[in-house]
Amino acid sequence: MQTLRRTPLYERHALLGARFVPFAGWEMPIQYTSIIDEHRAVRSSAGVFDVSHMGELVVQGPDAHDYLQARLSNDLDRIGPGQAQYTLLTNEAGGIVDDLIVYRGGEDSYLLVVNAANVEADLAALPEARDVSGAWALLAVQGPEALPRLEIDIAPFTAREQEVLGVRCHVSGTGYTGERGCELGCAPEDAPRLWDAILSRGIVPCGLGARDTLRLEAGYPLHGQDITPERTPIEAGLAWACALPKDFTGADLLRRQKIQGPPVRLIHIVMIEPGIPRPGMAIDGVGWVTSGTHSPMLECGIGMGYVPSYLATPGIIVTIDVRGRPRAARIVQKPIYKREET
Amino acid sequence: MAAAESYPGDLLYHPEHDWARLEGDSATLGITWHAQDALGDIVHFEPPVVGTTIAKDESYGEVESVKAVSDLISPLSGEVLEVNEAVVAAPETINVDPYGDGWLIRIRPSTAAEVGELLGAAAYKQLLASL
Repeated sequence: MQTLRRTPLYERHALLGARFVPFAGWEMPIQYTSIIDEHRAVRSSAGVFDVSHMGELVVQGPDAHDYLQARLSNDLDRIGPGQAQYTLLTNEAGGIVDDLIVYRGGEDSYLLVVNAANVEADLAALPEARDVSGAWALLAVQGPEALPRLEIDIAPFTAREQEVLGVRCHVSGTGYTGERGCELGCAPEDAPRLWDAILSRGIVPCGLGARDTLRLEAGYPLHGQDITPERTPIEAGLAWACALPKDFTGADLLRRQKIQGPPVRLIHIVMIEPGIPRPGMAIDGVGWVTSGTHSPMLECGIGMGYVPSYLATPGIIVTIDVRGRPRAARIVQKPIYKREET
Repeated sequence: MAAAESYPGDLLYHPEHDWARLEGDSATLGITWHAQDALGDIVHFEPPVVGTTIAKDESYGEVESVKAVSDLISPLSGEVLEVNEAVVAAPETINVDPYGDGWLIRIRPSTAAEVGELLGAAAYKQLLASL
């Protein structure tokens, strides 16, 4: 058995009474008090997540742009220095190796923030990339009050170097909750000081449990569950993140699939009847659930899954096999939940 | 608000973290503080049908939290007399008051012999300490 890795904030989490779970080789806090309370804090005020397990890769040099442009699905030319973009790394079959955020630092410098579980696979697909994960701690501060309480202003999908609460940070207007907020990258030795300063602003510590319920309400897929190397961006509803006129790994197949139509599509569901969809449950006997949970905002079961394309239309009612009990759910547009702007 | 940890002395316990309260010829069943704490926020209670028979050591229903689903293991065999519909409507009651308002079902035990196989509070706490 491999030893689990710990982030620079492990002791802070333990002091707060966090429960830990193994996640992608890391020992991560799943909750401090209650997943539902932490979730609601992010929707109503602000929460902070330790996401230092995420991987950071750097690609630099005069060839960096062309190198990444030939391997990432989205069009790098759509972002300039100081901007960020959601993009995919695909395999020869068009399957999704990883989903990530690419930051353009300068003309010749790119930072990739990738899923912890996929660092090895990403490096195999991007051998020129340098793994700098060990030099990074990463905190996500999310919610309508996140930016005001940190007294920073950052536009969505932009990034810059800035001091935040006395700590030098890579600040980006990104997140995984469907709320405004930012992600703060800093040196591991500065992370406890930054964490303490964030908590002193009344921002609620949140674990991976709330991160999962929030991203599901927001309709964001999780790599390893909703998107995998066996499923394509077309099937996953991520064609918008693929610049199909350009060439990247698997692009030919994706172009063909886009024209022909994919055999299955990722759908978002809201339960009409009691029960919570969980991964692996059958949808109408022809599809399958890939993620599911209880929505703290809608107070019912919600989920994602794949169904044959003919079934993948919002409004259609499907039946989820909840451990032998047929339970009705409705296919909905994403996001599954969106807070009314006040 | 979650309850404080406790294991009342007037209950009998099953090692799968379920309790029974014997009252005359009926028994009330629920899950222990330890069980609700391990599950976290409980959001669904799937009860058995009134009038059906449940068996000791077997599943009679499910409770589900945000993160996991758990079978309810019956401490005793018997006929289901009543389901706590208040908990069906508000499953978080189990977190708030696992031994009071958070009770799950009431049964008529089919045999007195099974009672002797259950644990008292002290023995159950010993079991928890060994986990």
